[in-house]
Amino acid sequence: MGKKGIESLVGFFVLLGIAGLLFLALKAANLGSFTASSDTYSLTAKFDNIGGLKVRAPVRSAGVTVGRVASITLDPKTFQGVVRLDMQRSVQFPSDSSARILTSGLLGDQYVGLEAGAEEKALVAGDVIKQTQSAVVLESLISQFLFNKAADAGSAVPTPAPASGGKK
Amino acid sequence: MTNPLQRIGKVALEASRGLGHNATFFVDVLRNLPAALRRPYLVIAQVHAIGNLSLLIIMASGLAVGFVLALQSYYALVTYGASESLGLLVNLSLVRELGPVVTALLFAGRAGTSLTAEIGLMKAGEQLAAMEMMAIDPKSRVLAPRFIGGILAMPVLAVLFSAVGIMGAYVVAVKLIGVDAGNFWSIMQNGVDVWRDVGNGILKSIVFGVICTFVAVYQGYEAQATPEGVAHATTRTVVISSLSVLAMDFVLTALMFTHH
Repeated sequence: MGKKGIESLVGFFVLLGIAGLLFLALKAANLGSFTASSDTYSLTAKFDNIGGLKVRAPVRSAGVTVGRVASITLDPKTFQGVVRLDMQRSVQFPSDSSARILTSGLLGDQYVGLEAGAEEKALVAGDVIKQTQSAVVLESLISQFLFNKAADAGSAVPTPAPASGGKK
Repeated sequence: MTNPLQRIGKVALEASRGLGHNATFFVDVLRNLPAALRRPYLVIAQVHAIGNLSLLIIMASGLAVGFVLALQSYYALVTYGASESLGLLVNLSLVRELGPVVTALLFAGRAGTSLTAEIGLMKAGEQLAAMEMMAIDPKSRVLAPRFIGGILAMPVLAVLFSAVGIMGAYVVAVKLIGVDAGNFWSIMQNGVDVWRDVGNGILKSIVFGVICTFVAVYQGYEAQATPEGVAHATTRTVVISSLSVLAMDFVLTALMFTHH
């Protein structure tokens, strides 16, 4: 096999490798759904507790993914979590929309859920979502449940009979 | 030599001498890399010999591993009602671990042995000595192009192994078992991160490529110039490459995939 033959075979080999890499990246991983920076606009939302939210978690409204979490930082003045969202340009939300941190399924990954408000004006790039609800922290739920249970038990028990020593 | 302390000392000294010799040899080969890059046809011919000719075994093994992974994972997952995650499990297993490691082991067996045998026979036939007589450094003309060829070929082979494995798993899972095709791909796409999983897998395969090619080239160059010496060197290549790849895999996995 001559020089040209070998070179074209090696070229084919490299092309095959690139095709395999593209297949893995686009079809088998999450690169394909990654929105390019040109057709997104960013919004900010502040939460008291972001729970287990991670960067690149989806932003969903009515269950449909409309964006991704771009970054999560801590505001040093108010000590709230500042979450920057990359929203798809095709979707606009009213300015009184609210953001909550929800969990997909029972124990799945957390995502940001957006509920549209009723205002005429829409949120533009750089706006802050005013109404937010933090993630549910399991420990607070459990302690709240136990506290309520204890309160119920305390009010249900009748006052105890006076001690027998009081009887004459 | 009956004194056990003397024997331990001897073994330890031999081991550290061997390690040092490996290290200086590695630096020597690295020093000759620019000279090899100035003759691209040599490198291309080696990529052909190492990469192209390994395509068949790598892709066939990838397909087989994909088939088997899909079958076994299905029967493991269906007890928990999680059979929809079959694609995700197969993809992560292939791209993170099996792709780089199994490709490296097959590479050591196929390409590593051919490199060692070729260089060992060149040494036995005194071709390396003849080159030195003509003031050609055999490291730059013979070893460095093979080294670069191996490093270039390994990631390509690992990626192809994983890609073909996933396609094989798709065939078994969707066509044979009946897992939903849409769920197969979408759960997989949501769970696999390009940079963290695919990228780290490729990084692993590059490291394994360096290890396997270097061991093959070293064993060939240092082989005893006899037929038995070459045979011995060939087996040493496979054993040392495989063990190093598996040990390095543990280290790299701990570095890359433990959550910080």
